[in-house]
Amino acid sequence: MKHLLGLKDVSRDEIMEIMQTASKMKALLLRDEKKLNDLEGKTVVTLFYENSTRTRVSFELAAKYMSASTVHVASASSSVQKGETLLDTGRTLDVMRTDVIVMRHPMAGAPHLLSQHVKASVINAGDGMNEHPTQALLDLFTLYEKYGSFEGLKVAIVGDIAHSRVAKSNVFGLNKLGAQAVLFAPKTLMPPCFEQLGAKVAASREEAISGADAVMGLRIQLERQKGGLFPSLGEYARFYGVGEEQMKLAAPHAILMHPGPVNRGVELSSQVIDAEYSKIDEQVLNGVAVRMALLYLLTRN
Amino acid sequence: MLIKNAMVQGKQADVRIEKGVIAEIAPAIKELTGEEVLDACGKTLLPAFVDMHVHLRDPGLTYKEDIASGSRAAVAGGFSAVACMPNTSPVNDCAAITSYIKMRGKEVGLTKVYPVGCISKGMKGEELAGIGGMQAAGAVAVSDDGKPVENANLMRHAMEYASDFDMPVLSHCEDKPLAEGGSVNEGYYSTLTGLKGIPAASEEVMVAREILLAQTLGLSVHLCHISTKGSVELIRHAKAQGVRVTAETCPHYFAADDSWVEGFDTNTKMNPPLRSKEDVAAIIRGIQDGTIDAIVTDHAPHHQDDKLVEYHLAAFGISGLETSFALCYTYLVKTGLITLERLSELMTKNPAEILRIPYGRLEAGAVADLVLIDESAEWQVDKNAFFSKGKNTPFHGKTLTGKVYATVVEGEIKYQNGKITEGAK
Repeated sequence: MKHLLGLKDVSRDEIMEIMQTASKMKALLLRDEKKLNDLEGKTVVTLFYENSTRTRVSFELAAKYMSASTVHVASASSSVQKGETLLDTGRTLDVMRTDVIVMRHPMAGAPHLLSQHVKASVINAGDGMNEHPTQALLDLFTLYEKYGSFEGLKVAIVGDIAHSRVAKSNVFGLNKLGAQAVLFAPKTLMPPCFEQLGAKVAASREEAISGADAVMGLRIQLERQKGGLFPSLGEYARFYGVGEEQMKLAAPHAILMHPGPVNRGVELSSQVIDAEYSKIDEQVLNGVAVRMALLYLLTRN
Repeated sequence: MLIKNAMVQGKQADVRIEKGVIAEIAPAIKELTGEEVLDACGKTLLPAFVDMHVHLRDPGLTYKEDIASGSRAAVAGGFSAVACMPNTSPVNDCAAITSYIKMRGKEVGLTKVYPVGCISKGMKGEELAGIGGMQAAGAVAVSDDGKPVENANLMRHAMEYASDFDMPVLSHCEDKPLAEGGSVNEGYYSTLTGLKGIPAASEEVMVAREILLAQTLGLSVHLCHISTKGSVELIRHAKAQGVRVTAETCPHYFAADDSWVEGFDTNTKMNPPLRSKEDVAAIIRGIQDGTIDAIVTDHAPHHQDDKLVEYHLAAFGISGLETSFALCYTYLVKTGLITLERLSELMTKNPAEILRIPYGRLEAGAVADLVLIDESAEWQVDKNAFFSKGKNTPFHGKTLTGKVYATVVEGEIKYQNGKITEGAK
């Protein structure tokens, strides 16, 4: 694997290799001395055309824990503001002998374009409404830690599917691993033909969550309300949110996940966020382990 | 001039041209001393094509294309006439711009360039442009192509006012709010790629509106680059009711589909977008049964800089003049879906009649706008060999059947066997 652009193009075996590597990385991460030498002499640039705290910090720490040199480029302070094209920025980073470019971009396919024109490995840290493969991998790793395998798992994904690259990457991954993603969203936030990607689309929140081994909430962005996609946050929370009442429908052993940051009291109630079955904090930790595994696997050749 | 050994309506014939007009078509005509002879070697002679929908980018956007390069591309594609859309810079909303385009077309002297004027001043969709004045300066139709008239009342007035001048109104059917921010067909492939979708309904609601206006007013309207099944059905129904509606489509709406966008190749980005296989089938049926009257290229040349960017940011459109005939021949005629005669109607007679402009016919006395076709030629599309400045084609590398061998405009050979045959400026 040279680039990680999306889980659409990653095989089952590759995902399992990432899971197993991430397990080892997590064990190392939990030691007091969090330092590995595998990326010594390598450079990782995080090129972010969209704001992000957790994904960016997660990548940067993962790279630092592996002894890579890291540089962060944010669109607001970069030459993007001066009108430089993506490919020219990519070329500039290439010339400076960057080994890995971690890119977040508001437009689908931007990492694919970049990967065709640079020597560095490109990791997609979220491209528009397309994919967010490392988030899905850390979600998968969280499931892997809990269940040890994926076969037959039911994972309910509830919320803004339309603008969620996280949901789509999870659908690709879960499908390849033999798990079933069941989606529920307001019709205004559900894109067409999701079934053809291997997901089930539920007719109700209850149907999606009933018997699920994991329930994943998705962040709703306030600006969607202004776009006329739902009437108010209150109404969204009431009819599409996940609270204790909904979690009761899930399997007794079910876990709760969310890619963060969470809007408390909107897509998830505070009670479920802070409940014992909530894996939201664990996901954040797992994110670092998964990204360490990826950096290791992409740079080892 | 004498064209020897051509296939004319299935029979071998020679064609004599005098003063830009066909003088005689006969099985064997003896060449006169000093007469220019074009030996067709058995190739098929057709009336040259008429493209009623191209973008020549001139004035103002000549880094993408200009009237000279666009004219070269046109004759290389077998077109003796093109109608160019007004979304230039400045837009063609007045007689001065129309005159410039007309004059420049004549100066280049390859294909006949017919300007299309704006419907509204500044293409802003607010007030009517000077339709009469533009017609007097050479415009043959009006359209706010690319910036469709949102206000139904203005569209009504445009159809009424233009009809006083017998000026066709060409409508780019797109409901902008429904299509907003979209770059590919809404459906499986928009979901798969995460690229925002443009629903079929964004075209169809405007098709329905224009049909209802034409019906209510008893006037005619022409619908541009139809791409969806629903549009074909609406137009078919309207025609059956006697509504005076005509429609065009483009080769890419039957030779490609929305699965082509999967790799984020920006050359697959156009407006309307490549649609589903079901839409493609409906477009072909519409071509077969006469619901669709004309095939146009919507030739939309762009500079590499406009395309070598993120898909969402890339310009809409493909360079179409130099692949149009071969795509039509390969996907419609060779497959047996329509005859070559029907293709000739779609590419010449119908668009010319919709625009009320002259066109070639294979009979004595007709203007000698002719094209020689090598029906058996198989060739590979090479964007770098295009005469157009626009190398933006999703068909690069495709093997197609049927090639334009020569183009004759008003009795003069303008293109032959890969070469433009006079010094275009």
